[in-house]
Amino acid sequence: MGGKSEVPLLDKNGKRIDGRDLEELRPVKMEVGVLKKADGSAYVEWGGNKVIAAVYGPREVLPKHLANPYKAVLKYRYNMAPFSVDDRKRPGPDRRSIEISKISREALERVVMLEYFPNTMIDVFVEILQADAGTRCAALTAASLALADAGIPMRDVVAACAAGKIDGKVVLDLKKEEDNYGEADMPIAISPRTGEIVLFQMDGLMTKDEYMKALRLAVEGARKINEIQKETLKDKYKITNLSGGDNNE
Amino acid sequence: MNRENETLWTLKSEYVHRLAKQGLRVDNRDAFEYRDIEVTPGYVTRSPGSALVKLGNTTVLAGISMDVGTPFQDTPNEGVIMTGAELVPLASPTFESGPPSEDAIELARVVDRGIRESKAIDLEKLVIEEGEKVWMVFIDLHILDYDGNLFDASALAAMAALMHTNVPKYEDEKVIRTESSMKMPLRRVPVETTFAKIGDTLLLDPVLDEEKAADVRLTIATTDDGYICASQKGGSGALTVEEIEMIIDKSFEKGDFLRGILKDNMKG
Repeated sequence: MGGKSEVPLLDKNGKRIDGRDLEELRPVKMEVGVLKKADGSAYVEWGGNKVIAAVYGPREVLPKHLANPYKAVLKYRYNMAPFSVDDRKRPGPDRRSIEISKISREALERVVMLEYFPNTMIDVFVEILQADAGTRCAALTAASLALADAGIPMRDVVAACAAGKIDGKVVLDLKKEEDNYGEADMPIAISPRTGEIVLFQMDGLMTKDEYMKALRLAVEGARKINEIQKETLKDKYKITNLSGGDNNE
Repeated sequence: MNRENETLWTLKSEYVHRLAKQGLRVDNRDAFEYRDIEVTPGYVTRSPGSALVKLGNTTVLAGISMDVGTPFQDTPNEGVIMTGAELVPLASPTFESGPPSEDAIELARVVDRGIRESKAIDLEKLVIEEGEKVWMVFIDLHILDYDGNLFDASALAAMAALMHTNVPKYEDEKVIRTESSMKMPLRRVPVETTFAKIGDTLLLDPVLDEEKAADVRLTIATTDDGYICASQKGGSGALTVEEIEMIIDKSFEKGDFLRGILKDNMKG
């Protein structure tokens, strides 16, 4: 939580504690269609983060009075498993996860074509099984994949990534120690086709120059994440569509 | 949200958008002009620090409470900050009583972040006995009248209240509330500035009608020594990198304006 870094986060060669360069992402693995019951699902492993997302819907709105005659209601639940962090997290929504759920939902509202499904509800559930900083980005990345996997019409597949500042340097994709002892963190998400920013937060201390550098770096990171998302979705159809028939996206 | 109001909001929203296209606003302000701001410190005398802020019609009362508690394990030599916000039902027909809504939680957390991440409060000075006893600073935001832009009004009220807070005395395991041991130890003055995007137009300090019509909102917290200490996007719209850069420049400028108000207030 913004404490002074007693441990150096960069070594004398400018490498990070896990050997990464300043502008290097952690290893990322993605898979879609991992759950049987859900209409769409995805699993994302991002460094030490393990995240699973599921989509149900469009389905009946509950409670009924929330139904909107003009568009579908999108719900997003970000939830951390009690064992996902060092000190057990008390089960259930806390203030942090309520805030993350809100801004993640708002990010997806930009791209999901809710107007196609009035009077229905689309539920997006994301479970953090193992946390290593950047969970909201991994969660949103997985949620977008799960929505695509569910066949929900979208203008774009949202991709997320964070940048930040450690030992005075702007870096991409902070891991836990860097987030805890670093100086700033900026998680963002983009709509890759337009480059617009759909999720944006920042905390810590940065000058304007550092801030803009971090923002541009995070956008580049999110673009790389989006490439992996696209490959992952294409891969799914390679496996299931043995006949090689086309699927009109 | 209130369904019966939906038609009304749609009509108002079209009006706000039409105005924005012509570079106009519902209350005739310039795009980057704040509404009139009034800060009344010490509004409630039971609290060791408080301030009432009026930003146009938006009214927020911030109250500070001080108590002695145990520090967090990972920060044994630091006091504790906790921020809460209540959107009380008397402030708006859309506010309901009950547990805090996600809007209230977001508001409290964004105000908290501006103060916490800027290290505005010198938390090491709030230690009574390292690892055992520290001062806990509770910042409670009571929203009394809601006419848009709760973020800037609340952050300003919180900071004004902190600047006028006296830390009580602590003697023989007891808090003596009638006596003060020191002023709240402050190092920086963070303030928040909020912008709304209506169509392609960026506006500072949206009133409620503008807030409802806006596609997206961006709040930036800046410090008096040239740092950005917190940011938060809200709403289902999007922003470009260029728009964010432009907002950053404006938020330093407008942040200094708000800090000027706080400073004048300290003198008065």
